[in-house]
Amino acid sequence: MQLNQYIKEELAKPNKDILLMTHIVLGYPSLDINRQVIAAMVENGVELIEMQIPFSEPMADGPAIVKANQEAIEQGIRVKDCFAFAKEMTKKHNIAFLFMTYYNILLQYGIEKFCADAKEIGIKGFIIPDLPPEEGDDFFTLARSYELDPILIYAPTSTAERMIRLNQSASGFIYCVARKGVTGQQTDFDTAFNDYMAQCRTATTLPLAVGFGIASKDDIDQLRGKADIGVIGTKTIRLVNEQGVEAVGPFIAGLRY
Amino acid sequence: MTTNGYYGQWGGAFIPEVLYETFQELNKAFEQAKADPSFWQEYLTLMQTYSCRPTPLTHAENLSRHFGGGQIFVKREDLNHTGAHKANNVMGQGLLVKRMGKKRVIAETGAGQHGVATATMAAKFGLECTIYMGEEDVMRQRPNVFWMEKMGATVVPVTSGSKTLKDAINEAFRDWVTRMDDTHYVMGTVCGPHPFPEMVAWFQSIIGIEAREQIMAQAGALPARVFACVGGGSNAMGVFQGFLRDPEVELIGVEAGGDGLDTGQHAARLAGSDASAGMAQGYRTMFLQDSDGQMLDTHSVAAGLDYVGVSPILTDLWEQGRVRFAAATDKDVLAALDLTMKQEGLIPALESSHAFVQAFKEAPEMEQDQAMIINMSGRGDKDIFTVAHAYDDPSWKEFITKKGAEYAA
Ligand SMILES: Cc1ncc(COP(=O)(O)O)c(C=O)c1O
Repeated sequence: MQLNQYIKEELAKPNKDILLMTHIVLGYPSLDINRQVIAAMVENGVELIEMQIPFSEPMADGPAIVKANQEAIEQGIRVKDCFAFAKEMTKKHNIAFLFMTYYNILLQYGIEKFCADAKEIGIKGFIIPDLPPEEGDDFFTLARSYELDPILIYAPTSTAERMIRLNQSASGFIYCVARKGVTGQQTDFDTAFNDYMAQCRTATTLPLAVGFGIASKDDIDQLRGKADIGVIGTKTIRLVNEQGVEAVGPFIAGLRY
Repeated sequence: MTTNGYYGQWGGAFIPEVLYETFQELNKAFEQAKADPSFWQEYLTLMQTYSCRPTPLTHAENLSRHFGGGQIFVKREDLNHTGAHKANNVMGQGLLVKRMGKKRVIAETGAGQHGVATATMAAKFGLECTIYMGEEDVMRQRPNVFWMEKMGATVVPVTSGSKTLKDAINEAFRDWVTRMDDTHYVMGTVCGPHPFPEMVAWFQSIIGIEAREQIMAQAGALPARVFACVGGGSNAMGVFQGFLRDPEVELIGVEAGGDGLDTGQHAARLAGSDASAGMAQGYRTMFLQDSDGQMLDTHSVAAGLDYVGVSPILTDLWEQGRVRFAAATDKDVLAALDLTMKQEGLIPALESSHAFVQAFKEAPEMEQDQAMIINMSGRGDKDIFTVAHAYDDPSWKEFITKKGAEYAA
């Protein structure tokens, strides 16, 4: 099933006006901890998980995720290990898994093989922050031919015209970056944010995910009625570092209700 | 040059969506500047009155005699204000910044020369300035850190990744995606997403335009060979552009051979066989990376050449066979620097000394009526700690020890 349909079906369930997507850096602190964290997330109702394949130059990420990428690589994680782990997760958990990574990882793996293998192991889509449609349209078409959704990104700096252009290349959902900057800093949900979300809604009929700085139930409440998916990234990485895996379940459980 | 930023299969503009409008604005400002002859005139006047242009072309008679082959000419980019070719690019981008009305500039720096040039420009034009510099480079180019700070810039040591130039570029982009409204990123070399390679090459072309006129006047003919060191490739592109349309002029780019091409401890992308095609830092080129696409740690005694990627324009010229590539080891670089100081009283930067190494290797095989140009991209003053350490200089060590004791007291 394609992501768009999955999201709509989940949203149609009783008491679900917003979905949760979480972010994992594969191999950080270890695949074993990733396994436990994902289990806790799924048990507590997360509908989508983006698994980041580490890259040595994570330009769009902030310090916490940069450090996670670097340490995972230093500990020897390979792209093939990420695929093997992802295969295990998609088998075990009946939710949607996406790969998030940077374009060079796909180029070296071979973009056609990357799509074929991702499809084969049950991945639903890709988030690649350094691949704008001007450079990526051929790849997006290829991904779709494997029934994988390329997730495009809206930014607060995007004009209405640009959003319409991006929508033409997008499928699955749109990832709306909540503010300028990199991952891991706080976001203000002010009137400018509301105007931005309204503009996003006008530009596409695809579901809207909002990420960057979403870290609490308050933040999720702010998104209700404006977005379809709240994305929790850096927060759970910090939580595991500071309080251990046990803290993840209760944190996720408390985000929506 | 192209409009979409591709040179053959190299280049492009792989930019995060949040910067899309910023790049639109930058492309527009750059296209307008190119189409406006008064812009280039303003640039020339600035370089003549604030920097030291035209920089001389020096006939290195002693070195020429020493090798007994081709006549060695040195293009003196070390005589630019701030001591390197970096000023050419920075002052040009500074004029663009004024046109765009931005209030703040940021830059990455390796050797610190680009950082110093940017800090200078910011002081002159009244802009706020932040420089990102790998922690390893902060340690080995300390004099430049001092001057940047004195000119009012904030220097941020970068502790992620390999703590060198590529990591400083990542950090500068992270700043830019946060503050694009009032900030321009002054990219220091002919790399990164379009329009940077083309823009930086355009400003640096001033080197080649002058060098061509000067060699015709002084040697009465085109040079047989032109040598330039290649970090990102801006000084090389600068001088090469004066001769690209003359097929009889051989163009040689010299990369950092570090401990040797077979040791893995180097930064030779095009001279060796360790690099492969990839995309990072916003552009496609040949990168030193592993089979997964993770960038490798590079090594060079010269911070400005210690970089995983290389200009897409140069990679295209390499693929076409128009530019030949060689590498110089750290050891040979120190020897060439020593010889140049003793024979000519010139102190090339460690980066520039790479070009001297290869020119010295080839000089003996050339005829005495043939001319060769070495682009001396910068002066070596900034390298005083590294060079003194490498020569294990006793009087310098004594001085530092005394100074240390004085500060500790
Ligand atoms: C003196 C000098 N030469 C050369 C370089 C290398 O840069 P590029 O290859 O862009 O000329 C640097 C970079 O910092 C430098 O300071």
